[in-house]
Amino acid sequence: MSAPLLYSLAGAVLFGAGLFGLLRLSHLLRKLLAFNIMGSGVFLVMVGLPQHQGGPDPVPQALVLTGIVVAIAATALAVVLIRRYYHLSGMTTLDEVPDHREGDQG
Amino acid sequence: MIGLVRTVAIALGCFALFCGLAISIWNIAGHPTPVNLPQLLANNLDRSGVDHPVTAVLLNFRSYDTLLEIGVLVIAGIAGISMAKTASLEDQELRTSDSLLYALQRWFLPLMLVLAGYLLWAGAHRPGGAFQAGAVLAATGLLMRLGGIPMDFLRPGLLLRLGLGLGFSVFLVVAVASAIGGNAFLAYPPSMTKTLILIIESVLTLSIAMVLLALFVSAPVNNAEDPEEGASS
Amino acid sequence: MTLWLMAGLLFTPLAWAVLTLLTDFRWGRLVTWAGILVQILVSLGLWLTVAEGGGFYYGLGGWDAPLGIELRVDGLAVTFVLLTAVVASACGWHAGVYIDPEKPWHRYFWPLFWFLWAGLNAVWLGGDLFNLYVGLELISLSAVGLVALGGKAGALRASIRYLLAALLGSLAYLLGVALIYGQFGTLSIAGVSFWLAEHPTPTGSGLALALMVAGLALKTALFPLHQWLPPAHGIAKSPVSALLSALVVKASFYVAARLWLEFGESIGNLAVAQLLGLLGSGAVVWGSWLACRQQQLKQVVAYSSVAQIGYLFLLFPLTFSVSEAVSLQAQQGITLQVISHALAKAAMFLAAGNLILSVGSNRVDALAGVSRFLPFSLFSFSLAGVSLMSLPPTGGFAAKWLLLQASLGSGQWWWVGVLLAGGLLSATYVFRIFRASLRENPETDQFYHPARSLEVIPMILALLALGLGLMSDQVLTVMALPFEEEGAP
Repeated sequence: MSAPLLYSLAGAVLFGAGLFGLLRLSHLLRKLLAFNIMGSGVFLVMVGLPQHQGGPDPVPQALVLTGIVVAIAATALAVVLIRRYYHLSGMTTLDEVPDHREGDQG
Repeated sequence: MIGLVRTVAIALGCFALFCGLAISIWNIAGHPTPVNLPQLLANNLDRSGVDHPVTAVLLNFRSYDTLLEIGVLVIAGIAGISMAKTASLEDQELRTSDSLLYALQRWFLPLMLVLAGYLLWAGAHRPGGAFQAGAVLAATGLLMRLGGIPMDFLRPGLLLRLGLGLGFSVFLVVAVASAIGGNAFLAYPPSMTKTLILIIESVLTLSIAMVLLALFVSAPVNNAEDPEEGASS
Repeated sequence: MTLWLMAGLLFTPLAWAVLTLLTDFRWGRLVTWAGILVQILVSLGLWLTVAEGGGFYYGLGGWDAPLGIELRVDGLAVTFVLLTAVVASACGWHAGVYIDPEKPWHRYFWPLFWFLWAGLNAVWLGGDLFNLYVGLELISLSAVGLVALGGKAGALRASIRYLLAALLGSLAYLLGVALIYGQFGTLSIAGVSFWLAEHPTPTGSGLALALMVAGLALKTALFPLHQWLPPAHGIAKSPVSALLSALVVKASFYVAARLWLEFGESIGNLAVAQLLGLLGSGAVVWGSWLACRQQQLKQVVAYSSVAQIGYLFLLFPLTFSVSEAVSLQAQQGITLQVISHALAKAAMFLAAGNLILSVGSNRVDALAGVSRFLPFSLFSFSLAGVSLMSLPPTGGFAAKWLLLQASLGSGQWWWVGVLLAGGLLSATYVFRIFRASLRENPETDQFYHPARSLEVIPMILALLALGLGLMSDQVLTVMALPFEEEGAP
C-alpha cells in the first residue's frame, strides 16, 4: 500500500467519523468541529487519491487551498451566528426547549 | 434506550459509508486516469507568469475559482458584521492589558509582519501566497487587539467595508481590464502577468486579513434586533 | 459581443455587490435598480444570441478545459439565466420598497443579494465540477446571511440549521468531485461524459455519483431531508423567502440534473433512479399534507415548496433507460415545472408578505376580512395558487401534462397517481388560505395598506406563471437547441 493511498483511506476514516459527529452531537460548536473534521477528510482524499501514480499533482492542491478558504469562511460565519444565537437565547443546541443552559455568557 | 439505538444506527451507517468509500478508493487507485493534467500543466507553466504550479493554477488557470472564493470570504465578512449592531466592533471587556503579553507583542508584531510579507513574496516560486500571508496578518491584528492596542478601523463604517471589498474589487478590475485589452476574461496580457499577479496577491492579502479580523471581532454584544414579520408589536 | 455578454452576466453582479457594500440602504437601492436593468438587458442579449446561433463552450481566462474552467452556454442555461433575471429583479424591486431603510444593518441586504445573483449565474453556466462547488457555496452562504439578517433567536436557529445542512450537502458533493477527479483526472463535466461515452464504465465511480446526488438532494431539501427548509424560508423576510424558494433550491437541483443527464446512463442504475422518484413522490404527498396543517401563512407556502420540489425528482426515473423522445419530454416537463414554480412561488411569497404586512400577523386565522382590504394581493396569491394546482392554461399544467405523457410513454404509470394526487392536495392548501381570508371579521377593521408597487410585483409574476402555459412552445424550442459542433470538446 502506497503512502498516497494511505492518505486517502485516512481521509475516508475522517469523513465517516466527522459525519457521525455531525449527526449525533447536539452542541453546535461540536457539530461545527465535526464538520471541519469531515472537511479535512475530503481534502485528504482530494490530494491523496490523484497522487497514486504520477507523483504530486498541483491542481488538487490548488483546489484544496480554495476549499480550505471556503471552509474557513463558512466556519467563521457559523461561529458568529452561533455566538449571537447563544447571546439571544442562551442555548447551545438547536432544540426548541432550553435544556443545555450553561452558566453566564462569556 | 431510543437514544442508544439511534447512536448505534448512525454509527453503523457511517461505518458502512466508510467501507464503501474505502472500496471505491481502492478501485479507483488501481486504474490510471485517462487525462494527465499535471503533464498538461507543466507544458503551459511558462505561459502562466509564475514558477510555482499551485500559484499558477490559483491565479491564472483557475482564477475564476479564486475570484469566487474571495467572494465567499467577503460574504462571510458581510454577514458577520451585519450581526454586530454596535457603533464599534471593539469590545472593552475582551481587552487584556497584561505586561507579559505586551512584552511579547513588541517582539512578535514586527516579526509577524515580516513573515507575512515573506510568505506573500515566496508564493511565486514556493509554497506560500496571499491566503497564508493574510492569515498571518490577521493573527497579527488579533494579537494587537488582545493586547489593547486601539484599532479604530474596526468599526462597521466605510473604512472597514472598503477594506473588505478592496482585494475583491482589484481582482475584478483586472478581470474587466484584461477584456478591454481584447483578450478573454481574466486572461492577463503576457508582458504584465507577473506584475498583475503580484498586485492581486498583495491586495488580496490585506482583504483576507481584514475579513478574518472582522469575523473574529464581530462579537454580538447588544440586544438590537428586528421584529419578525407579522410579530404583533 | 459574446465576451461582453459573458462579462455582464458573471462580473456585473460581483461589481454591484462591492458597490452596494459601500453605500447605505437608500443609495444601494438606486444602484441596485440600475444594476437590475443591466442584468435584464445582458440576460436577454445572451438568450437571443443562443436562440440564433446555438449553444457554445466558453473557456474563461483563455484556457480551455481541462486546464482552465469552461462555461457551458446552452439553451437550458440561458433559459435559467433569464428566469433568474426576471425573478431576482422582481424580488429586488419589492425588497427596495418592503425593507425598512432606517435599520442600519439592512444596508447589508444589497451586497448579499448581488452575491447570491452572481452565484446563481455561475451555477447555471458552470461546466466544471469544482467551480460548481464554489458557486454553490457562494449561494448558500449569502442565502444564510440573508435569512439571519437582523433576525431574532428564531431566525438565527433557522439559519444555523440551514447553514449546517448546506455545508453537509456541499461536503458530500465535494467528496464525490474528489473521487471523480481521482478516477478521470479532469474536472470538466463534458470531458468526463465524453470519455464515458467511448469506454466501459470503470468500477468505483458509482459511489462518486451517489455522493454528489445525495449531497445536492440535501441542499434541494428532498424529502426526508427537508426539515431545514420550512423554518428558514418561513422566517426570512418575504423578498428573501421568494428568492430562496424560487431560485436557490433550484440551483442545487439543476446541478444534480445536469450530472444525471450526463453520467446517469453509464454510471447510474435503475434502483437509484426509482428511489429518487419515490422520495420525490413522498415529498409531494407529505409536503402537501403538512402544508394543510400549518398555522402560519408563510409556513404553508414553505411546505408547499417542499411538495413542489418533489415533482422535480421525477426527472431521475423518467430519463433513465427510456427512449430519446420520452427522455426529452420528461426534461421539458421538468424545465417547465422549475420555471412555473419559480414564478408562482415568488409571487406567492411576495403576496403573502403583503398580506402579513396588512394584517400585522403571520397566522392563517388572522387573515379574516383581508379580502375586503387587500383584494389585489389576495388575487395574485390565488393566481399563483392556480399555477401550483396545475390547472390549464398555467405553466404548471403544461409541465404536469408533459410529465404525464412521459410517465405513460416510459411505461412507468405509477407516477401518474402522484401527479394527480399532488394537484388535488395543493388545491386543498390554497383553498384553506382562501377560506380564511374570505371570512368576515367585524371586530377588526385596522388594516395597513402597503404601497401600490408592492402589490403590482407579485401580480406580474403570477401573470407570467399563468401565461407560461401559452408560450411554453417558444421556451421549449430555445431550451432544446443543439450545440455548435466545433465548440464541443
